[in-house]
Amino acid sequence: MLNNAPALELDEVTRRFPARGAPGALFTAVEKLSFSVRRGEFVAVVGPSGCGKSTILNMVAGLDRPTEGRVTLGGEPVTGPSPHVGFMLQKDLLLPWRTIVHNVEFGLETRPLNGAQRRERALAELKRCRLLDFAERYPHQLSGGQRQRAALARTLAIDPDVVLLDEPFSALDAQTKLVLQRSFAETISGSGVTTVLITHDLSEAVAMSDRIFVMSERPGRIVEEIEVDLPDRENPIARRALPRAQDIMSHIFSMLHLDEKVDA
Amino acid sequence: MSRTMTMTDSAEAPAAAVPAAAAAAVTAPAAPARPLWRDWAGAALVPAASLAVLVAVLLAWQFLPPLLGVPKYIIPQVTDCLSELVRMYEQENLVMHFVSTATMSVVGFLAGGLLGAAFGYALGLSPLWEKVLSPYLLALQIAPKVAFAPLFILWFGYNAWPKLIVTVLVVFFPILVNVLQSMRTVDRDLVNLARAYSMRKSQIFWKVLFPSSMPNLMAGLRIGATLAVIGITVGELVGGEVGLGYLITYGEGQANTAMVFNAIGLLTVIGIAMYWAVAAIETRVLHYIPRAAH
Ligand SMILES: Nc1ncnc2c1ncn2[C@@H]1O[C@H](COP(=O)(O)OP(=O)(O)O)[C@@H](O)[C@H]1O
Ligand SMILES: [Mg+2]
Repeated sequence: MLNNAPALELDEVTRRFPARGAPGALFTAVEKLSFSVRRGEFVAVVGPSGCGKSTILNMVAGLDRPTEGRVTLGGEPVTGPSPHVGFMLQKDLLLPWRTIVHNVEFGLETRPLNGAQRRERALAELKRCRLLDFAERYPHQLSGGQRQRAALARTLAIDPDVVLLDEPFSALDAQTKLVLQRSFAETISGSGVTTVLITHDLSEAVAMSDRIFVMSERPGRIVEEIEVDLPDRENPIARRALPRAQDIMSHIFSMLHLDEKVDA
Repeated sequence: MSRTMTMTDSAEAPAAAVPAAAAAAVTAPAAPARPLWRDWAGAALVPAASLAVLVAVLLAWQFLPPLLGVPKYIIPQVTDCLSELVRMYEQENLVMHFVSTATMSVVGFLAGGLLGAAFGYALGLSPLWEKVLSPYLLALQIAPKVAFAPLFILWFGYNAWPKLIVTVLVVFFPILVNVLQSMRTVDRDLVNLARAYSMRKSQIFWKVLFPSSMPNLMAGLRIGATLAVIGITVGELVGGEVGLGYLITYGEGQANTAMVFNAIGLLTVIGIAMYWAVAAIETRVLHYIPRAAH
């Protein structure tokens, strides 16, 4: 990794897919996206559903390639899945036949570690995510919020440079969501990992991130970049109460002309 | 907004709030409150009723046909069947026939299950071959496999092969179809997660695809276990001189209805035993799936 290169950079990235129902035709999911993320930064990407947020994640994770442009991680072009990137989705993707600790070990199984080392790393990560008491449980024995924390533990266990979170809170009830956002924020601040949070929740973006990229509807482009110049990144609940946070939110609302739209 | 904030703030440490929610999730939902005596009565009532039904059926079987003037070669009495069972044990080498059918059923089931699963996984891994072969698989699946038995006897003669091949064919398809179904419907995001962790194809198979298919495989095996007995029986009915299926045709030739009844009963016993065995393996393999509380 080049030392002064951004942790993650997208350079004029366009992704087209074959259009459904029209053989040979293409539609553009995201178009000429460019942004870069500094080491240790927490960036949020917000936009309406279908604007290509998950498409971005897939290209950064090396699961998909841009049609045009390029994605670099620490200065190196992404050509496939990288051991330095972790991602988690709205679904926890825990394997139901594995215990929680065994699930956390999943990502470590392609690393040069023996069983005891894997177990040790997994348990350390569960401790950080305050799930040590649940290490030997099966996923179905945990609540939705706990399962998401277990998924975060699995994501962080591989000690990634960049973590991609694709709407990790959107399947949770309002209160669990707030508690979990805080728990994630603490864990992520503690690990210092570079984070990209994909969300359609503007207030979540303001509460958790250092910088926000706002995307347009399809084809997805970045229409605005907002510096969230607020303290308390590790405590979104405290942040939400700040008057400045309210200001930023109303700024985004007015910029998206949400108050003028009557039909969604 | 501020309302939500105070609620969450009161739950100060998230660490305290979340395990509380977890504890609620972990303990099984409490059964609706009922007086204890009703539970006991309910628990005793069901087996008692089942037993009563059995006794009623046996009594009716024993006494009704003579009352209605049904001759013994149509419906033998329970006691006739029991004495015939003893006679079969003493004079007809019943144990050998029983063991033969049971062994053949198990062997056919294992071979058919193994082949069905292997083809299911192989086709699941290669969508191209699945597309190429699916019309033939569908045709073969619909074809009544037991009807092939006489053909196999023509080809292979009066030995164990025809009935084994029929059984393998009968067992093969439900297992193939179930495994293939699970391979088609596996969560793509799970596969992508494994890919993101730089897993090789074989690792993805053994760590994700194969374990995800267990519920389907087990369902297929359960169906296969009962079909195996049918396959062997048809093979024995059509040709050969061993097995309970042979005893059925033999008894039929002698107009020994009690013998036919007994052979059918013993075939059912084999089928039930195999089904139970698979179900027992299933509960062990699928231990991680929450059982519905009842
Ligand atoms: N592999 C794919 N093939 C075809 N179309 C796709 C594929 N992945 C995503 N799309 C399409 O691209 C658009 C953007 O999808 P996505 O990135 O999932 O949006 P978001 O995550 O913002 O809701 C959608 O219209 C979706 O149907
Ligand atoms: Mg999405």
